[in-house]
Amino acid sequence: MSEAQLSEEAEHQEIHRPLMEKVVAICFIVSVIGTIGLGVTYWVGGQPQVEGGFLFLALGGLGVGIVAWGKYLVPQGPYVQERHEMKSAPEDIEAMHASLSRGLGQMGRRKFLLRLLGGAVGVFGIINLFPFLRSLGPVPGKSLFVTNWKHGSELVTADGRVVLASDLEVGGVMTVFPKGYEGEPTNAIDQVILVRPADYNLVTRPGRETWGPEGYLAFSKVCTHAGCPVGLYQELTQQLLCPCHQSLFDVLTGATNVFGPAPRPLPQLPLYIDSNGVLRSQSGFNEPIGPGFWERGA
Amino acid sequence: MSTLEERAVEAADFADERLGVAKFARNSFNKIFPDHWSFMLGEIAMYSFVILIFTGVFLTFFYVPSSHLITYHGSYAPLRGQKVSEAYASTLNISFNVRAGLVMRQIHHWAADVFIAAIVVHLLRIFFTGAYRKPRELNWIIGSSLLILSIVNGFIGYSLPDDLISGTGIRIAFSIILSIPVIGSYLAFFIFGSNFPGTSIIPRFFILHVLILPAIIAGLIGAHLAIMWHQKHTQYPGRGRTNRNVVGIPFWPAYALQAGGFFFITSAVIAALGGFVQINPIWLYGPYIPYKVSYAVQPDWYMGWLDGALRLMPSWEAVFGPTYGGHMIPNVFFPAVLLPGITFGLIFAWPWIERRFTKDNQEHNICDRPREHPVRTSVGVGVLMFYIVLFLASATDVLANTFETSLNLVLWTLRIMLFVLPLVAGLVTYLLLREIAQIPTIGEPKVPVEIRRDVDGSFAFAELSIHETDEEILELPEEVAYRSLVGSNGGGQLHHATHQGNSDDVSEEHGVFEVPRD
Repeated sequence: MSEAQLSEEAEHQEIHRPLMEKVVAICFIVSVIGTIGLGVTYWVGGQPQVEGGFLFLALGGLGVGIVAWGKYLVPQGPYVQERHEMKSAPEDIEAMHASLSRGLGQMGRRKFLLRLLGGAVGVFGIINLFPFLRSLGPVPGKSLFVTNWKHGSELVTADGRVVLASDLEVGGVMTVFPKGYEGEPTNAIDQVILVRPADYNLVTRPGRETWGPEGYLAFSKVCTHAGCPVGLYQELTQQLLCPCHQSLFDVLTGATNVFGPAPRPLPQLPLYIDSNGVLRSQSGFNEPIGPGFWERGA
Repeated sequence: MSTLEERAVEAADFADERLGVAKFARNSFNKIFPDHWSFMLGEIAMYSFVILIFTGVFLTFFYVPSSHLITYHGSYAPLRGQKVSEAYASTLNISFNVRAGLVMRQIHHWAADVFIAAIVVHLLRIFFTGAYRKPRELNWIIGSSLLILSIVNGFIGYSLPDDLISGTGIRIAFSIILSIPVIGSYLAFFIFGSNFPGTSIIPRFFILHVLILPAIIAGLIGAHLAIMWHQKHTQYPGRGRTNRNVVGIPFWPAYALQAGGFFFITSAVIAALGGFVQINPIWLYGPYIPYKVSYAVQPDWYMGWLDGALRLMPSWEAVFGPTYGGHMIPNVFFPAVLLPGITFGLIFAWPWIERRFTKDNQEHNICDRPREHPVRTSVGVGVLMFYIVLFLASATDVLANTFETSLNLVLWTLRIMLFVLPLVAGLVTYLLLREIAQIPTIGEPKVPVEIRRDVDGSFAFAELSIHETDEEILELPEEVAYRSLVGSNGGGQLHHATHQGNSDDVSEEHGVFEVPRD
């Protein structure tokens, strides 16, 4: 045997490191202890932190033990291995080309049939898209343009209580819905934030002279940016803040977007107070509420 | 021969007589894996996925994918009597009543965060070392697709508990889908089954999250590994390493033990996170109610760059015509549809973009050192900086509170930083790498110097020679034996692994890259 062969043989043997063997053994024992601890914890009713700790021991003991075994107790080489180019041998490539061309040649002379086949598959695909798409949901129609607010809708709270003109102090805020719809899923769209910056009639913009009776202003609560509820009213600055992306709306000028990414003011709901002192909407919103979509303009 | 060996051989023979596995098994056992810590990043991702499957299966036994409202009567007293969805109630049940439920839920969530983090860092490693170059472009595409799918599935899984914060996230997702020009409103209605919120999205998200997307991800991971296996792993330059060989540890048993053990180490760390570090305590957030909202909330980390982009976008949108009858490309389209589209488009196209400049159509099996490629590295650093600023921007409110300053200042600082910092970072990287390239001894091991002082007080310096082993790196003995048995298998002679010369030109007659000595 040559010297090289001898050293090769030695390389190939198991490595003797009694200390490392002990370390690996201890790791596995730690793992068993962790697993037993986990079992006991589970048996007596479970506790997340203790479970996590024992799982860490059980899995970590296994992991460290196995890796140490693989790293210190078996030969590491390094060994070398040849790498072949991915590309096939020229004769294989040629044979592939030949077969590919043969098949195409045998089919390609029937151009008309090929086109018809393409058309048939295409039509099948398009028509069968409908069950996969159209059945999933309704077409939007006009639903993005409308809410449940109509002429005379009473403002009610989430639990259905009618809102009276005496309900809010100056500086107060509440979320309201059109009566009859407060418990419906559509309250995500209908939600309106009612604020009272003053106790006299407020005019936010020209043409909205009657919209803010006794200082009550109502705006769509759906942010015109990404649709989050514009939930924070800062009385001091008379601003509404959307907590999702920090858009600010100036209340007294009609919830104008003054800061952040929101591209449009919050639509204002025109209000009136009926003879019983109940707050009602004069009409629905005069524009689509919420974030933008393709079918609407400015 | 011990009985264990006998039984193993018997089992192998059983398999071979029925499936003919001997050739593949020999090949696999003797496969050489180059070793480097950065090659473990992809492993962390894969192992996290396995943990996600295990814990996820457990969670499906208890989770109820329904937005049907019920009155909560469970064990969490503060929410008793409230109307909550079955999805939310069942998640509370997992957290408080199912034994080991909370730790499983938290491990699942942590594993998802680690999964995507490992994919991102793995992608960066591949990018900065040029490991996506021919012949590995397909695996680059598969890996990038896995990143997209894991982000989507992460978001969907995060949405399933139907708590206040994730519900708000779904609302934003609806607005983002709505913003797509021409088809947006149709797409949003088809996906949600109605206008927002509807009752279909939770069950639909559930089936996507537990069946469809995991199946695609598992399939792609399989393809990713099979291609890596077939092409053999890249290696860093070093002694005896060429473009046409692999130097490292054998699969059986060294690599198999190390990689297998590493699965348990990854699991152990994630289990400890799941046990000790609370994540997503949905009982504190409350159920999703469309007109309620929480303050100072951030999404899971991998959505941060999108949330930041939404916040930094100016209040602008493209408008054509009047409110009724006109058209609009909404604000959120630009940061939340266009930006990710461009981002992933560039990632997918990068190997071909680079090739356009380098005109390099060679196979590359040796990883680049980032410092040797100033342009690629500085472009990478600059682009990375862009996304880091976007990520920071998802916390504008927190930053304003922390530094006790105005949102306005934070917003404008970040808007400016978004464009300035990438340029600065890229430029500084480029200049540094140019400087480094000037150092003649860069990358060479430092030569030890012996200093001697004589009795008369004079000093003498002597450089010690480094004892570099020039021993030949050998093949596995079984491979040598196998080849001598079947004769040279047509693949040409093994290129000698020991290193000669110090040039990095391609030696034409062998078609081999000679790589400079480390």
